[in-house]
Amino acid sequence: MTATTPTASPAADGRETVVGIDRLGISFATDAGAVKAVDDVSLTVHKGEIVAIVGESGSGKTVTAKSILGLLPGTATVNGAVLLTNREGTGRSDVVTLSRRELRGVRGTDVAMVFQEPSTALNPVYTVGWQIAEGLRAHGRISRAEAKAQAIEILRKVGIPDPETRVDYYPHQFSGGQKQRVVIAAALVMNPGLIVADEPTTALDVTVQAEILDLLRRLRDEFGTAIVLITHNMGVVADLADRVVVMYQGRVVEEADARTLFSAPQAEYTKKLLGSVPRIGQGRAHTESRAADRAGASAERASVGRVENAVVEATDLVIEYPGRLGRKGFRAVQGVSFAIAPGEVLGLVGESGSGKTTIGRAIGGLTRATGGSLKVLDFEMVGFSERRFKPLRADIGFVFQDPAASFNPLLSIADAVAEPLIIHGRAKSPSSARARVDELLEAVQLPKSYGDRFPHELSGGQRQRASLARALALEPKLLIADEPTSALDVSVQARVLELFAELQKEFGFAALFISHDLAVVDLLADRIAVLYHGELVEEGTGAQVLDDPQHEYTRRLIASLPVPDPAEQAERRTVLAALRAEAGNAPA
Amino acid sequence: MTDTVIASVPPVKNSLLGRLPVVKQLRQSVGLQRGMLIAGLTITGLFVLVAIFAPLIAPYGFAQLRDAQGSFGAQQPPSAAHIMGTTVGGYDVFSRVIWGAQTAVLVIVLAVVFSIIAGILLGLVSGYLGGWLDRVLVVIGDAIYAFPSLLLAIVLSIVISGGQSSLWGGILAAALSITVVFIPQYYRVIRAETIRIKAEPYVESAKMLGAPTSRIMFRHVLRNATRTLPIIFTLNASEAVLTLAGLGFLGFGIEPSAAAEWGYDLNKALSDVTSGIWWTALYPGLAIVLSVLGITLVGESLNDLADPRLRGRKRVKAKAGAVSLTAVDQTLPSDVDIREENA
Repeated sequence: MTATTPTASPAADGRETVVGIDRLGISFATDAGAVKAVDDVSLTVHKGEIVAIVGESGSGKTVTAKSILGLLPGTATVNGAVLLTNREGTGRSDVVTLSRRELRGVRGTDVAMVFQEPSTALNPVYTVGWQIAEGLRAHGRISRAEAKAQAIEILRKVGIPDPETRVDYYPHQFSGGQKQRVVIAAALVMNPGLIVADEPTTALDVTVQAEILDLLRRLRDEFGTAIVLITHNMGVVADLADRVVVMYQGRVVEEADARTLFSAPQAEYTKKLLGSVPRIGQGRAHTESRAADRAGASAERASVGRVENAVVEATDLVIEYPGRLGRKGFRAVQGVSFAIAPGEVLGLVGESGSGKTTIGRAIGGLTRATGGSLKVLDFEMVGFSERRFKPLRADIGFVFQDPAASFNPLLSIADAVAEPLIIHGRAKSPSSARARVDELLEAVQLPKSYGDRFPHELSGGQRQRASLARALALEPKLLIADEPTSALDVSVQARVLELFAELQKEFGFAALFISHDLAVVDLLADRIAVLYHGELVEEGTGAQVLDDPQHEYTRRLIASLPVPDPAEQAERRTVLAALRAEAGNAPA
Repeated sequence: MTDTVIASVPPVKNSLLGRLPVVKQLRQSVGLQRGMLIAGLTITGLFVLVAIFAPLIAPYGFAQLRDAQGSFGAQQPPSAAHIMGTTVGGYDVFSRVIWGAQTAVLVIVLAVVFSIIAGILLGLVSGYLGGWLDRVLVVIGDAIYAFPSLLLAIVLSIVISGGQSSLWGGILAAALSITVVFIPQYYRVIRAETIRIKAEPYVESAKMLGAPTSRIMFRHVLRNATRTLPIIFTLNASEAVLTLAGLGFLGFGIEPSAAAEWGYDLNKALSDVTSGIWWTALYPGLAIVLSVLGITLVGESLNDLADPRLRGRKRVKAKAGAVSLTAVDQTLPSDVDIREENA
């Protein structure tokens, strides 16, 4: 137990400080020498307060939060102080100087952690009850019956229905949102004064995210637990946080209460960050002008007597994944019909498992369509032969979700962009394709010299630009973009989306834009199609779908999307609650 | 948030020398791991040097029984003329140990090259294409695993050399029999990597572009699948020394008149040990232990260094280092810079 420092003493308004971080600096030993991840960061969290730490990847937000639990890897060197008060407010310890043994005593009882990916945070071979009781057993002798009783109690508190039976379930028997509830229950069971939640909703669908956010809010209100929330999603921050700490390059650039931050951001970086968050309704004007342009263009074409077929036409499309021997296959897409006209952008929205990626892959010929009809550039994809489809691949571009993984790490960017040109015989070797590659890099706003770099030498946004360059190398008629921006930071996402819109205008390709984020889709798409459990529940222009949603799921989806404005978000919460009540859909 | 052009400075690359496999690891390593690697490299280097310069180092030929002064005599204790004494057959122990290094290196190189080529090709084809070919190859690979490797090597050396014992016949027989034992290891590793890489988006992206299968296999999969090879390679090399010695010890190796071979010498020294003649067994035995130790040390430390979690690093001082430029929009060049750059 170390002496207190001025910053860690009780706040002026008399509220107790749960954790006080004072001039924290963290450096990591890497192959390339020392790297400073956190530099001179000070912040305090009071009892019953939710503090959000926001920032882009690499800004040091996760490292800062992990230092509260002493969870840093052995390569880290820490200076400064992290003063943690225990639940009763009787003792205070500096986590930085604690021994391993003392750290173990603090973890779980004074501070607990909720991880990003609930499916990997739970051990698949133990029941959830056992895993929740693990913390109880680690911190004292407790009988089996007593541990189970406490586990049931805590599961009920986090909203797991029928906890008496489900305490004996294994993690795979729960849905993603329920798993996250279990993880939160495990963190809560020792009743710690502070919970550190590292991107607790990033891996979840928007509708489930809203429920988990409700639960976290209840923790604060009913248990008085302080929460340190790490997130990059400004909507989540607006929904949940009382106070926001903005980090950038290892430093705190701004700290303010949530309402002030969103209404009057001070730091230049915060303003930029808030400006780049996509909002529903932003893209409306773009879309309308684009639609007008296209209507004119197609009328022109029609007047010269050219009638163009749809680039993609799906009629009652069924895609089934074969089951194991003796088991029925899994039907990922059932009876979906839609069409993409030349030069049109169709946005495909849906939660994970709704079949949106499957449809994209079927159009690209990576997954086989099994029933109905799917015509891509007038070529029937149901039961297609790869050999006959191959020439058509030149007219289809594909942008993958993770730009880091979609480049061969051993090929330079120029070689990777030249691949389609070589494969389709437009160039003999990467060097003879270089002129065209340079043109393409220029088109996606990358310096020519970047062609000589390797994928790992580019940032995420730059890689996604290169990925666009590769997809556009053969000037395709159709571009399939599968969540192209979901691996990127908000600020980068905005620029990549802008670029996408510009390129679409310039090259005039039709596009299928797949995303889970309604706001992103709204920004780009001419029409939006909503998928739910493999079925197309709604389709129409952005204005139709977003302003006047017909299907119950679409309504819930729109209401669940947190907006980066605390006041508006509070209103939306009540709307969502009403919607849920209406559907008789208790939070599951 | 100025849009400074940090990104248009090309990333610093190490010199070509610094990026060579073993040299790179040597630079990376610190502390005990560095010590292990250096010790291993020294012993292995010495082993290879001795093999190359055997004709210069060894005072006598490997099958030499007499010189100008007459016959060496059997089981002579170490003396000025024969610093490690002579064997029961009347050979000079020192010369046989030196020449034996040459045989060992030849067999290691041949065995490892053969098994790498065969293992990689089979693993790549089997992993990428899958189907019945894959199943058959996996079963055969597992069947080979099921045999004791020395037994298999014995059978193969009989089949291949048919009891002959010329220098190259013997070396090839030993190398090939070791090869067959090792192929499944390379096959398994490359197949597993291929199956993993097959699902990587960059392979799917190549498929999307319509790249032919052979191009995907060799341009995109193969080069990415070979990362772990240097480690298996070094570990197998030491096993090859042991298998060769084992074959020689059991009498399936190379005749003393064709080449020097440590295992054979050990076999012949068996009866000497009980009668107090230590030098005939000690030196060939030491040679085997040292060569295996050297190669294993290199392999083990390469293994540790390849894994960032096992790799030791110097501890950094508090507050050390610069804040890295992870900020994404800073690493994106501004439009002005791009125009300048492209002009």
